[in-house]
Amino acid sequence: MAIKDRLSGNEAVAIAMRQINPDVMGAFPITPSTEIPQYFSSYVANGEVDTEFVAVESEHSAMSTCIGAQAAGARAVTATSSCGMALMWELLYVAASDRLPITMALVNRALTGPININNDHSDSMGARDTGWIQLYSENNQEAYDNFLMAMPIGEHPAVQLPVMVCQDGFITSHAVENMELLEDEKVKKFVGEYQPENYLLKKDGTLAIGPYGISAYYMDFKMQQVEAMKQAKPVILEVAKRFEELTGRSYGFFEEYEMADAEAALVIIGSSAGTAKAAVDQMRKEGKKVGLIKLRVFRPFPMEELAAALSKVGVVAVMDKAEGFSNAGGPLFADVRSALYDLENRPKAINYVYGLGGRDIKTTDFEAIYEELFRILKAGVTGPVYRHIGQREE
Amino acid sequence: MSDKMVEIRWHGRGGQGAKTACLLLADVAFSSGKHVQGFPEYGPERMGAPITAYNRISEGRCTIHSNIYEPDYVVVVDETLLTAVDVTSGLKPEGAVIINSDKSPEELKPFLAGYPGKVATIDAGRISEEFLGKNIPNTPMLAAVVKVSGVIGEEQFLADMEQSFRHKFADKPQVVEGNLQALKKSMEEVKVGS
Repeated sequence: MAIKDRLSGNEAVAIAMRQINPDVMGAFPITPSTEIPQYFSSYVANGEVDTEFVAVESEHSAMSTCIGAQAAGARAVTATSSCGMALMWELLYVAASDRLPITMALVNRALTGPININNDHSDSMGARDTGWIQLYSENNQEAYDNFLMAMPIGEHPAVQLPVMVCQDGFITSHAVENMELLEDEKVKKFVGEYQPENYLLKKDGTLAIGPYGISAYYMDFKMQQVEAMKQAKPVILEVAKRFEELTGRSYGFFEEYEMADAEAALVIIGSSAGTAKAAVDQMRKEGKKVGLIKLRVFRPFPMEELAAALSKVGVVAVMDKAEGFSNAGGPLFADVRSALYDLENRPKAINYVYGLGGRDIKTTDFEAIYEELFRILKAGVTGPVYRHIGQREE
Repeated sequence: MSDKMVEIRWHGRGGQGAKTACLLLADVAFSSGKHVQGFPEYGPERMGAPITAYNRISEGRCTIHSNIYEPDYVVVVDETLLTAVDVTSGLKPEGAVIINSDKSPEELKPFLAGYPGKVATIDAGRISEEFLGKNIPNTPMLAAVVKVSGVIGEEQFLADMEQSFRHKFADKPQVVEGNLQALKKSMEEVKVGS
């Protein structure tokens, strides 16, 4: 029997960590993820876990701690946000290229300039090329569920990559919602023990981790990472299937909402997908054929699957909660539009950058976006592709 | 689902417990079997600055993750906000605004930008001082909100709160009775104008 509770997103992830009981946590507090190590340190103090909690002096050291621990053969976790993850930057690449399946709870927050503590995806989108698997969550339940699935994915022998489990700062991290927890023993059984084939503390093994990669080898290391990211796709689906058998909750690369006969669709990530679903429900009542795709897995990017899911729609708006300053659209748009290129009859596609630094987006905003998509469909003219919504002036 | 959803917006000042009251309401609504959301809106956090918190309470899960612009009820934990914040903005006329004040609804009506709906007042500060010995208005405010909104049955609410107080104050059971008295007093005393 699942345990019904009402928890904030941060509490939910901290509980997932307690249930997993990892070997090491290296963390430094930063809003809005601070509560995760805070709750977790109380579990440590109360003896509810036997994790070695390393209270470091910076996020650079937090990730370094995780890298050292994971390389030694331990299971390591961390939690961070925004500038905290930015300070981990060079180590994110080290963790991925050393093939260390560290798990990070990332509570998405805008990057500074001007300083802001609220939600957007600029932190994780900036880290899209670091070689980490990225899972995104719509609500507290998904933040919890994704965290439980992260280790079975990342630690799989064919994958061995670090995983960041993202949720929206404040919007879910500080919001109390109904959710269901699994019993501790079920979590432990599902996640299992970390059993790496090779690690530094292995008694009879000789191993070097992180040596210099000269030109004669560097590219081949990168190709192995490419292959691991490719292998992650079937593993993500296998783990989701096993999770569904346990909980009844179904996960894939993305969720299709009212897509069967949709003419106009959104592609969106995170908590605002829930708000958009309410707009879809409202417009469906009015007989308008609208739907949405909520992307859960951004890295690896499910290019073929997403193209197939969008192959029947006439027009799509890709929603980016991060500004890339490319002058050509946000990071999600670049990947989604690229995925559509190979379709015979590809839909028209526009991009909206929204929600920067916590700017709220409402159901009525989504309704207006769908109306704009229908105008494009009717006129047969895409118009500007790179757009913004929610700012004070057009 | 959304037809039955109740949306509440709390206005307070940093440090007064509006966020705590919002999360408490989510707790008690959860205990009565509802789907809940309770979330604060974070701005520049400092003691005394105006803050906002929100509740959605419904039979089924609500997926919306935006702030609330057209609430059914507005709760004002600090009367001085009436001249600083447009507290009734978007408030549904068939709803109500509930204000922590020793004044009558009629006296406060002129400060509510012509809001045509119900105005309720409760002297939560005084009740809190009387029963708890200090000015922590959030539990009496919560009781007034439950009374005026009917979002949870009163009996159920009192039973859940008693359980929650007994848990929270396990090491000082003497304060449980005072808290319960404060809730009951608040439900009796809340004045609803037209």
